Amino acid sequence: MSLRILDPGPLSLVQDLGRPGLAAVGVGRSGALDRGALRLGNRLLGNEEGDAGVEVLLGGLVVRFERDTWFAVTGAAGPLLLDDRAVDAHLAARALAGQVLRIGVASAGTRWYLAVRGGVAVAPVLGSRSRDTLAGIGPAPLRSGDLLPVGEHPGTDLPLLDFVPVVEPTAGSVAVRAHPGPRADWFTAAALDAFFSLDWRVAADSDRIGVRLEAVRTPAHAAGVVPRHEPLLERAISRELPSEPMVAGAVQVSPDGRPTVLLADHPVTGGYPVIAVVADTSLDAFAQLRPGQCLTFRHA
Amino acid sequence: MSDRRILPYGDHALLVELDDLDAVLALFRGLDASRPDGVVDLVPASRTIAAVVDPRILSLSAARGWLERTAPVAADAVEERTVEIAVRYDGEDLDEVARLTGRTAADVVAFHAERPWRVAFGGFAPGFAYLVRDGERLDVPRRSTPRTAVPAGAVGLAGTFSGVYPRASPGGWQLIGRTDAVLWDEDADPPALLRPGTVVRFREAP
Repeated sequence: MSLRILDPGPLSLVQDLGRPGLAAVGVGRSGALDRGALRLGNRLLGNEEGDAGVEVLLGGLVVRFERDTWFAVTGAAGPLLLDDRAVDAHLAARALAGQVLRIGVASAGTRWYLAVRGGVAVAPVLGSRSRDTLAGIGPAPLRSGDLLPVGEHPGTDLPLLDFVPVVEPTAGSVAVRAHPGPRADWFTAAALDAFFSLDWRVAADSDRIGVRLEAVRTPAHAAGVVPRHEPLLERAISRELPSEPMVAGAVQVSPDGRPTVLLADHPVTGGYPVIAVVADTSLDAFAQLRPGQCLTFRHA
Repeated sequence: MSDRRILPYGDHALLVELDDLDAVLALFRGLDASRPDGVVDLVPASRTIAAVVDPRILSLSAARGWLERTAPVAADAVEERTVEIAVRYDGEDLDEVARLTGRTAADVVAFHAERPWRVAFGGFAPGFAYLVRDGERLDVPRRSTPRTAVPAGAVGLAGTFSGVYPRASPGGWQLIGRTDAVLWDEDADPPALLRPGTVVRFREAP
């Protein structure tokens, strides 16, 4: 059983639920950014929730099934074609040997997950099949021509489902729940207020390591607006912070006052104060935000 | 206890803040020896220790109690894992370190090899360990221009730390020697030769 990668699109990576437990020796957890989407794909196929699938950035993945294979696509929203026939997302579907699946360009969300019955069975590294893009650990990014092995499925029944209620990623503004971070007291009260009340926008320089945010400002030429030059999120304590451990969802603020939300491939330690931490229940949806998309933070 | 502050860190973690690195080392020994089930990661840094939990097994409030109550442990109170690393002290920056610290190159080598070092924390790369020396500590400034490529096995000094590059990478540490020791092996269990709490004895290779 195997899958032939005909085109990986901009970036396709094997991901499972990551390799926890190695942060003290410099390796982060990594793993699927939208963990719920990968878990759902696996559940639809009767897999273990933590089986590996393919995380596809934006779309463009083209794969050929070398054998008859049950598969499911979850995560982002957009067109899916099996040969020339549209297939539904969030449902188990059967591909015959030789059929080609094309994951189109996402109309909402940034990351698709392709799960296959039996799971992607590349060799695990340190207990996980996840590609950690920062540490350079785990299976290399997929390339055209790669043959991905598919695991032997234990043979449990396929769940009988006609419809799964799924909250698909939205293209509009998203409310993200967050807790005050360990260094919230390093910021002025005005900065904390601003963090939880401003409209933020996902910057272009965002990846699996972190998502940069910029404030959506009222245009400077608008009537009554006084241009501001101080840092956006001003510090109450300005001394340097000794590097400290980081977690996924931590919102680090760099000296220019800009926040970066760390994702699964984050460095295990960092030297910028963490003003807030994205709530675990919001982290999957956060990881589906697209560059340019707007969000607000709400107290968890 | 008043020697520490427990800070919130999202749904799965807590951060303990301590006064200095020696307090971190002592509390890490205590925590590592009493680690309950459900602690996924215990990560020391220079003033802090993070505990990441699996909340299905250990609640944050139970973890907080453990972090508040666990006593620090002195280095001589426990059996410590010791690793010996043979070093050829021929690093490109050895003379520069000697100049910066007002010593001879031979003094720098003796300083590095005569007393044990301890892994304080990791973080820069898989398998990289920040080592602190028992007894006197030298403060060595980093190179003003980092190297774009430092080979695996390079032994360096920066600030009051020593470290060994587990694999080739850019780096700004002052290089004083090199070793053939394997610091990081993805196929080994555990993969890192040096882990927080490990004691390292550097020995001058013939």
